[in-house]
Amino acid sequence: MTPFTLHHGIAAPLLRDNIDTDTIIPSREMRTVSRSGLADGLFAPWRYSNADARVADPDFVLNQASYKGASIVLTGLNFGCGSSREHAVWAMMEWGVKVVIAPSFATIFRNNALRNGLLTIELERDRIQRLARWVSTDPQANQLIVNLQACSILSEAGGEKDVFKIDPMARLMLIEGLDEIGLTEQSLNLIEDFENRDQLRRPWVYLNDPR
Amino acid sequence: MTLFDKLWEEHEVEALSERQSLLYVDRIFLHERTGSVALNSLLEHGRSVRQRQHAFCTMDHIVDTRPGRSDDTLMPSGRDFIVATRSAAHETGIQLFDIQDPNQGIVHVISPELGIALPGLSVICPDSHTCTLGGLGVLAWGVGSTEAEHALATSTLRVTRPKTMRVQFVGRMAKHVTAKDLILYTIRSLSASGGAGYAIEFAGPAIKALPIESRLTLCNMATELSAFTGLIAPDEQVIDYCEGRPFAPQGAAWEAACRHWQTLQSDTDARFDCEHQIDIESLKPQLTWGTSPQHCIDWDGEIPRAGEAPDEATAVSWQQAQAYMGVAAGHRLSDYRLDAAFIGSCTNSRLSDLREVADYLTQTGHRVAQGVKALCVPGSGGVKRAAEAEGIDAVFRQAGFEWREPGCSMCFFAGGESLGEGVRVASTTNRNFEGRQGLGVRTHLGSPLSVVASACAGHLLADLSP
Repeated sequence: MTPFTLHHGIAAPLLRDNIDTDTIIPSREMRTVSRSGLADGLFAPWRYSNADARVADPDFVLNQASYKGASIVLTGLNFGCGSSREHAVWAMMEWGVKVVIAPSFATIFRNNALRNGLLTIELERDRIQRLARWVSTDPQANQLIVNLQACSILSEAGGEKDVFKIDPMARLMLIEGLDEIGLTEQSLNLIEDFENRDQLRRPWVYLNDPR
Repeated sequence: MTLFDKLWEEHEVEALSERQSLLYVDRIFLHERTGSVALNSLLEHGRSVRQRQHAFCTMDHIVDTRPGRSDDTLMPSGRDFIVATRSAAHETGIQLFDIQDPNQGIVHVISPELGIALPGLSVICPDSHTCTLGGLGVLAWGVGSTEAEHALATSTLRVTRPKTMRVQFVGRMAKHVTAKDLILYTIRSLSASGGAGYAIEFAGPAIKALPIESRLTLCNMATELSAFTGLIAPDEQVIDYCEGRPFAPQGAAWEAACRHWQTLQSDTDARFDCEHQIDIESLKPQLTWGTSPQHCIDWDGEIPRAGEAPDEATAVSWQQAQAYMGVAAGHRLSDYRLDAAFIGSCTNSRLSDLREVADYLTQTGHRVAQGVKALCVPGSGGVKRAAEAEGIDAVFRQAGFEWREPGCSMCFFAGGESLGEGVRVASTTNRNFEGRQGLGVRTHLGSPLSVVASACAGHLLADLSP
């Protein structure tokens, strides 16, 4: 996983609550058995006025020239709710999103994001609205600097700083770009110890391998 | 200690930090949509399934549900997922319930049915509705593909400990009110993010009285509260349900398991981080009018006006939802004609659901109204066979329903099948998100009874009262 320390980019406001993963990437847009080829289907229901013909809807924020190159999404409560599809995270990252800032995230989405190096930041709704107002006056100029070391969001020209909180383990994993499976494999002896103890306690849990 | 605390401790391999632990995963269930990605990635990294006898896979998310199906689906690439999953399952040696397997079906329907999910086990699946299994007292939660891969490789997951919530239902449920109405009303009361960060235990006399399949329906939609999971303490009814299932223990192991399961309940002095009480004495059947499960009203209620919203953000979301759904504030749902009805999904496709609908059709003699496309998709091969043995398929067919093969089907456009833009559907599924059932489809969630009554009336919910 690519380590995440600092990101400087254009932010796009998508200030709706409860944006679900079916909207982020509809089932019909997940066409291949892989983690890629998904960017084209990102936000398809909103991004296209005709999804089949890929006719862009000019009203959708990510289609607007002023937000071209956006890599930070400012959004509403409970972002990423619904289906557990990790494709939502893969689609956002493939499209170029590096950071999502919301008052809260759905747990599975947040976990999926963390495991792929997409930074999710929880910030109060009024602070997000303030950031959105500021970036929307000139999105290309009014960029945000997200610093994971310092846990801060700097509104570049505005000079204002928002400090955010993040789980220390999540922060470490992102900064170091850690492979979680590799990390857990270091605890393999503990897992085996657990199984040996647990087989005495809950023998019915351990099925025989028929082969 | 709460039930959740007990289950957490029982599965804790290692405390990683103050709030995060390495938890042991007893069972992993995959499906062809996201499972294939997890298995392929595992193999690409040169890893294997650590305990292959504890991992299972089914075909439900993409597979066609029309009679006479094959590996082909309406979505041209659907076949690729099916073939890739089959090949990865064979290569890794995990048990696959393939399309022609008599036990194939929706993952959360077959795992209790086969006794793969048992009380007190930890079960994960790359599917958000894994919390369904909480109805049996299973510690079950949905994950993404990368976490599924982690569990396959290590038999564990690194999990941030959620807080605990108890929702107690007081009062008795009226006739025609079902577990589906109970959970829709709970989501309406607590909001679609009301359970965020919590493991929820559902309790109270109404829960004790609830049949097992209804408990599965209730816990199924805990994810619609954004909860980590939903749980109900296992009792004698659960033990009876599990006995004799193909993967359930037998003999002395069964006796030992039963003794253990009886300890799996919250202590009388257990402290929860949050408690709610919900009075269901006068609860009416619930239907959704909007694009979030929290957009829910009594079947005869009025669609809310933006002016009544608690805040500006909610007012805007109501207006957006009403525009998408083609409904107007102040109107009743019965004002809207119905184009389709869907009975199925991991929420409501079990035998008791189908029996309830068949009873309604038999007792009223009603048929699906003209112009309404009606489908019934049984949750599993087992459900389908049992229903057919009772003649339920004939009742459905004679009333004008299509009778399908098991799978997720139109819950979310599985296999590329859709109803069409602007189509209004009454659905026993769990999500009414924009486009969930296909581009532009307008979904109204309700119980199997509400859906069949609506299908026969030709508009949303006919009066169910006698």
